[in-house]
Amino acid sequence: MDIVNQLQRQFIDHSTSLHREGIVDDQFTELQKLQDENSPDFVVEVVSLFFEDSEKLLNNMARALEQAQGVDFKQVDASVHQLKGSSSSIGAMRVKNACIAFRSFCEAQNREGCLRCLQKVTHEYSLLKNKLQSLFRLEQQILAAGGSIPVAK
Amino acid sequence: MVVETGFSSPRTDAFPAGLRVLVVDDDSTWLKILEKMLKKCFYEVTTCCLAREALNLLRERKNGYDIVISDVNMPDMDGFKLLEHVGLEMDLPVIMMSVDGETRRVMKGVQHGACDYLLKPIRMKELRNIWQHVFRKKIHEVRDIESLEGIESIHITRSGSELFDDGHFLGGEDTTSGRKRKDGDNKHDDKDLGDPSSTKKARVVWTVDLHQKFVKAVNQIGFDKVGPKKILDLMNVPWLTRENVASHLQKYRLYLSRLQKERDIKNSFIGIKHSDPSSKDSNSGAGLHNSMNVIQDNVSNGSFSFSVNNSCVLNVDLKGHEGDVKGISSGPMAESKGTFSIDIPDPPRAKSLQISFDHSLGSVDSVVNLASFSSTDTVQYSWNEIPEIQFKQEYEPLQLENRTNQLPQPGLQHNLLTKYLQPTVSVSPGPSVTEKTATSSGFEVKPMCDKYRNNHIKLSSPTEAVGESHTLNDQVFEPICTTTSSMKSQDIIPNHLTESELSPRNLYDGVGVENLQLCWLQGDCYAMDSGLQGFDCTEYNNPTMIPEMPVHLYDAPRFDHEHLFDPMEYYVIDQGLFA
Repeated sequence: MDIVNQLQRQFIDHSTSLHREGIVDDQFTELQKLQDENSPDFVVEVVSLFFEDSEKLLNNMARALEQAQGVDFKQVDASVHQLKGSSSSIGAMRVKNACIAFRSFCEAQNREGCLRCLQKVTHEYSLLKNKLQSLFRLEQQILAAGGSIPVAK
Repeated sequence: MVVETGFSSPRTDAFPAGLRVLVVDDDSTWLKILEKMLKKCFYEVTTCCLAREALNLLRERKNGYDIVISDVNMPDMDGFKLLEHVGLEMDLPVIMMSVDGETRRVMKGVQHGACDYLLKPIRMKELRNIWQHVFRKKIHEVRDIESLEGIESIHITRSGSELFDDGHFLGGEDTTSGRKRKDGDNKHDDKDLGDPSSTKKARVVWTVDLHQKFVKAVNQIGFDKVGPKKILDLMNVPWLTRENVASHLQKYRLYLSRLQKERDIKNSFIGIKHSDPSSKDSNSGAGLHNSMNVIQDNVSNGSFSFSVNNSCVLNVDLKGHEGDVKGISSGPMAESKGTFSIDIPDPPRAKSLQISFDHSLGSVDSVVNLASFSSTDTVQYSWNEIPEIQFKQEYEPLQLENRTNQLPQPGLQHNLLTKYLQPTVSVSPGPSVTEKTATSSGFEVKPMCDKYRNNHIKLSSPTEAVGESHTLNDQVFEPICTTTSSMKSQDIIPNHLTESELSPRNLYDGVGVENLQLCWLQGDCYAMDSGLQGFDCTEYNNPTMIPEMPVHLYDAPRFDHEHLFDPMEYYVIDQGLFA
């Protein structure tokens, strides 16, 4: 039981920091609320989908911006817009905000600015992914230890 | 009025649970989340990530969904376009979603007909209440129907008041309330263009006139190819916007599909098929039959069949066969209560069928039984409010001797149908349909008795226009079919009709009329045998064929065939729906 408590405390800390740092917002909590007996792995599934889509989009952006003959800013913008929508689905606030900034550079057709934004977005995305994966790991451990996942109040 | 909340789903009693939602979003993450959220609301969810796929789903299962939620940004089709399609084709409420909450975009959504615009991230509580849009639409449908009746009664009242001392207007008392409702419902007649910075546009009132133009335009374009822009262009109404037309079109389609449903039900009731008419006239009969088929087809296609029907009703094959003639002459006016009596010419008056129903308007033309005219026969049209029946001169052979000295002699126009048409508020498809019918059947719609029209019916211009369009080649006789569905003496009719005393065919040789199809406008088509070749009375049963028949005219018909009246309602609905 001590292990469980430990893990649970870790989980809570982790969760709190995610929110505090703005890596995720309320939407993530909403997502967690949606999880129930019918779909016990709902959050993990949704987040996995998000990771898949996001990585594709980030690759698209990188490729588009690398075009020597000319950057198709419309295409970049479209990808950024999509990423923005996706990130809002799981509450990835920092990724979303990075996307918003990114879009204005796309509109300005500023390649340098776009590249910088892409860097930022990629960074935020990686951070998010790491943190979420840690969180999920903790969940697994708690469950494996026979405990229950603390529910955010 | 009881609001019908029954959707075509079996879970109506649990509403809003079981609401059938179609979610369209190219973002798989959102799709999954929305699906989960909606399921938690106990809705039935279908997801798809492509707009085209969504449209296919919707088209395949016409009544399979209650509401559509769609993202604005999608790769294969613009969300707004999808929104338009859904609104026009399926008339379902559509909710737009986007992570982009720019006012411009939201406005665009509303302009295109979205009933709501949600900003992502969407919370479950927002989804919980989407059922209100479905419910609201249902209520408005009902209100439209009611207001239609109200409008109808207003017209009837106006035109009928001169004719009757006491109007048995079904909708008489509803006039005011209908009107009020109508005004209140104008809100959803046009799009709320909701431009916060500009002045609000006036609400569009779909008057008879306007609706006539609308239907005319739709007819011209072709129901399948119709689109708000095309309609708008054709209508040539400067102040009307595309959005106005789009929303009106939605309702119109809905109306037509309702008509079709009802018609189908009616047809199953009134399956009075004419066996091969004894008359061997194929042309007119076929023509008529063809036109009927045309009508039927149109109906099923949801096209403006009612107009076709109308003209079809106008086409009466008069067959001067002995004994084939199913002439039903309206008897002398029984009383001034709007009763319509049908007098069988030959037999003594006693045999006349008394078909009485309350008409507030003499718009219901009595049956013109041309076939029954014989040199000695008299066709009497007794229509309370229509003291005289005018027959065209060409129907000379048709001796409308007034048996009871009630019918004016020839020279009267026998446009019973015209009469019917008269009060019609909107017989929009009339003109085009008429022509169509005429072509197919070789008959032309006879113009309604102008005299009659002028004297007895104050019609709004659309009707007039319709009447004109129905102007017939005088050479062709187009009696109006009215089934002599005398409730009271149904058997009498057939008997009488088949009696050879009914006019011989020679009467109609000149006019080339083959069969007289007597169709009770109400619905029962007693096209007795010969009258119509293969004419299916069922066509006439549908009151929608006689657009001018306001429902309330048949308020308390004393017909045995009560079910006949239902179709009439549809017409009324038609009127009011777009008024």
